[in-house]
Amino acid sequence: MVAELGNFALILALCLALLQSVLPLVGAQTGSLRLMRTGRFLASGQFVFLAIAYGVLTWAFVASDFSVRYVASHSALSQPLMYKVTAVWGGHEGSLLLWVAILGAWGVAVARFSRSLPREMLARMLAVMGMVSVAFIAFTVFTSNPFDRLVPGPADGRGMNPLLQDPGMILHPPLLYMGYVGTAVVFALSMAALMGGRLDAAWARWSRPWTIVAWVFLTLGIAMGSWWAYYELGWGGWWFWDPVENASFLPWLTATALLHSLAVTEKRGGFKVWTLMLAIITFALTVLGAFIVRSGVITSVHAFATDPDRGVFLLAMLAATLLGSLTLYAWRAPRVGLGGGFHWFSRESLLLANNVLLTVACAAVFIGTLYPLVLDAFGLGKISVGPPYFDAVFAPLMLPLLLLVGLGPTVMWKQSSPAEVVRQLRWVLLASVVAGGLWPLTMGAWRPLTALSLMLGSWILLTALLDIRKRLAGRQPLATRLRRVLRPSFLGMHLAHVGLALVVVAIAMVNTYEVERDVRMEPGQTASAAGFDFTLLRMEAVRGPNYDADQAVVEVTRDGRPVATLYPQRRYFDTQPQNPMHQASLHRAATRDVYVSLGERLVGDAWSFRLYYKPYMAWMWSGAILLALGGLLAAGDKRYRLSRRREREAAARPGVSREVTAS
Amino acid sequence: MKLKLLIPLVAVTALLGLLLLGLGLNSRDLPSPLVGQPAPAFTLESLEDPETILTEQDFIGEVALVNVWATWCSTCRQEKPLLMELARGGIPIHAFNYRDERDAALRYLEMTESPYRTIAYDPAGDAGIDWGVYATPETYVLDAEGVIRYKRIGPLTRQLLLDEVLPLIEKLRAEKLRAENLSAEPSRRTS
Amino acid sequence: MSRWMAGLLMLLALALSPGIALATAIGEPLAFDSEAQRQQYETLTRELRCTVCQSETIHESNAELAADMRRRVYQMTRDGMSAEAIVDFMVARYGDYVRYRPPLQANTALLWASPFLLFGGGLLVWWQVMRRRSRLDDEPEFTDQERAALERLRRGD
Repeated sequence: MVAELGNFALILALCLALLQSVLPLVGAQTGSLRLMRTGRFLASGQFVFLAIAYGVLTWAFVASDFSVRYVASHSALSQPLMYKVTAVWGGHEGSLLLWVAILGAWGVAVARFSRSLPREMLARMLAVMGMVSVAFIAFTVFTSNPFDRLVPGPADGRGMNPLLQDPGMILHPPLLYMGYVGTAVVFALSMAALMGGRLDAAWARWSRPWTIVAWVFLTLGIAMGSWWAYYELGWGGWWFWDPVENASFLPWLTATALLHSLAVTEKRGGFKVWTLMLAIITFALTVLGAFIVRSGVITSVHAFATDPDRGVFLLAMLAATLLGSLTLYAWRAPRVGLGGGFHWFSRESLLLANNVLLTVACAAVFIGTLYPLVLDAFGLGKISVGPPYFDAVFAPLMLPLLLLVGLGPTVMWKQSSPAEVVRQLRWVLLASVVAGGLWPLTMGAWRPLTALSLMLGSWILLTALLDIRKRLAGRQPLATRLRRVLRPSFLGMHLAHVGLALVVVAIAMVNTYEVERDVRMEPGQTASAAGFDFTLLRMEAVRGPNYDADQAVVEVTRDGRPVATLYPQRRYFDTQPQNPMHQASLHRAATRDVYVSLGERLVGDAWSFRLYYKPYMAWMWSGAILLALGGLLAAGDKRYRLSRRREREAAARPGVSREVTAS
Repeated sequence: MKLKLLIPLVAVTALLGLLLLGLGLNSRDLPSPLVGQPAPAFTLESLEDPETILTEQDFIGEVALVNVWATWCSTCRQEKPLLMELARGGIPIHAFNYRDERDAALRYLEMTESPYRTIAYDPAGDAGIDWGVYATPETYVLDAEGVIRYKRIGPLTRQLLLDEVLPLIEKLRAEKLRAENLSAEPSRRTS
Repeated sequence: MSRWMAGLLMLLALALSPGIALATAIGEPLAFDSEAQRQQYETLTRELRCTVCQSETIHESNAELAADMRRRVYQMTRDGMSAEAIVDFMVARYGDYVRYRPPLQANTALLWASPFLLFGGGLLVWWQVMRRRSRLDDEPEFTDQERAALERLRRGD
């Protein structure tokens, strides 16, 4: 009964979304204030019903209502409550419901936080978001309904895959979906601006916070997925260039280009077409990602169950997105206009190079991901394109970009003197080369590519520090100077770039100097890897909430000094005792991770183990956090400044502030 | 300006067309590169009699099927009736008992009839790798010279038999007959 | 939508597909005659794809077939076969699908060429835009329309 309520709520939300796509748009075209205002109301109503639908599904899980097919396949009586709640997004149908609920929430946020937008633009924006909602809700209701019944309902469910019963897995999908949906918001804003013929610096200024927030969530979502794979799967791997991983990485690359391109459009009025195209492509890549994951067109461990009907629906959505937006652009292109000129050596030219490089990298990953499909479709054979290809192709494209990251803040807008920049940066350049060059020697063998990566990482770090120091210099009072440095957009930019540097360093170090060893140990024996000694103290049998496990107690020492005690497990879940999962145990430190995975019982009392030494792994996660933090800071800046300025205007009317886009 | 817009439009349409095509493909089907190659060599015990050693020569001689099966493979049971029909129809079917336990396999064959002429026992899966096996059941069609002419990954179905397998077997038998006649001709002329 | 579905479809597929039993990929440690041999084995197991799994290398996979393939790769490495020969062996039986590093051949020429083409294309685009932009006269940064829009924004319309 309750499940039907959920379905009903979903259908109501669909109806409201339909209205939302049409009424505000008509209102904007005709200038009708009443119709335009309906956008806000409809968005809130839509969200209320989506929240109800989501709540109903959650309740079905918590109450273990196995007459709902989705609940029966993703939950079990023995499943811990927390994982019952998170199982809601553990499968295709439920995760779609989460997606549309988040889309609804962003719609409300847009309606709430966009008071400074012109009415027509807000109305059009909500209308486009309504269209996106219609597409996704219709997809859910008609092809992937989580409320389908299973008659008769089984006594116990199948249970969620044990791999997903993990704290890391709780956060990963919601974060990612927040990011994906955010790209829809930016897309909607661009379409609204295009419709109204208003692709100006103001449009860029409004787009920026939304883009940055979407980007932050994408970053966190991707990082979370990597982190989870790293500590949960127990292989020490954190990125596999799997098609589904690529599906989330592609929009991240273009979103990064987009937020830099927006900077130019906002400050200098240039790059409008780039920005517009990037906004369209980022959202299109999101829809493409959904297609890749949910249609079965590409084999992947990550893909949801496949169904050609769903694939066709998603393809239709992708077609509508791309063809619709390109047609709109073709129609409105004369209104877009160009920005001003700039010199060969200027911040604009570097940001242009940044755009180009990120787009090229995105295209390369895109081609690698879809190439097997192309060959297969034309009957030219079945091949696989995996990490060896992507690693070989992606890294060389990224390295020049890292150089630009350090260079950018020092180079001025419109025209800069190369000689002057060199003069300012020469010591930093030297220091980076020396630091990066010598750093690998602390780890072992010197490798040129590793040294280059470390040099670039140091370069970014040191140029950021230099830029901060430049701002701190001067004869103004300390408070003023500090305020200049602590300005969110400035600090945010450098924090994010430093975060990137940390990630680069981590990747270079781990890929070059990691150690992995298979060993055989009986209780009491010791094995070594990378200077650490691992002693198996004993084996135990433990019981978890819904599993039995064999647990090894391994003591880790270095030069006789104790480092950690690790407890790797081999878990036999109640729902599938014949498929054991292993749970690695790891010890984290600033410059290295050490961890152990338990294998199987060998002859006698021995067990097989895999020992891992992963240098600088923690820098990867810290770097990701800094990236996100930097982004959040930068996003916070704009709105804060905007509302403060509004208050000042209100107080100082009819005067006009002469402060153009500063910073 | 028209040209500038035409290029992305064409690219987008091409992409969409490609993805639509892709939906129709089965991404899990792997064509076997062994089709057209001679049957890979192996040396294994016979399932029924551990003393007897079988090699690929025991599978070669006439147009035959080679079926890869195991008792833990539930889909193999589904295709069993079809194999029985083929066997009764006079088509020799050899087999690999893949990664299985001898006792369980023998018991299984006792309970139901056996469509197989010769069964090679491959508990370690070594011959499996040599023959490119990765998902039981799999069925090969060998011609009289022992060249693999067809491979089916997954259970046989009646439709498949009618459409592909039986016509192929006929064709191969005709080939064999022609080859035998050709080699017999010179002796006829001289006589 | 990432690694988190790793188990689901794999386990589902493995549970439903005709009896692919699970072993563990961490087994008895292997002995090699030389460091070069060990390196070859480690590299190969990370570049060969498990054909029953959905995108895993034979190094990571828990499937029995992956274990068989690993064992075969180990034997061939100990026998002194080169990495190429081993890969050719697997390709002869399972096709190009089994290689995660796509070979350089007729049907992958475009794949390997594309990064260069893309980079070259990108460079060209950058060049063209720069030529156009650096030749533009010193226009005011914003058009009158945009200035008016900014005024409206500031006034809080």
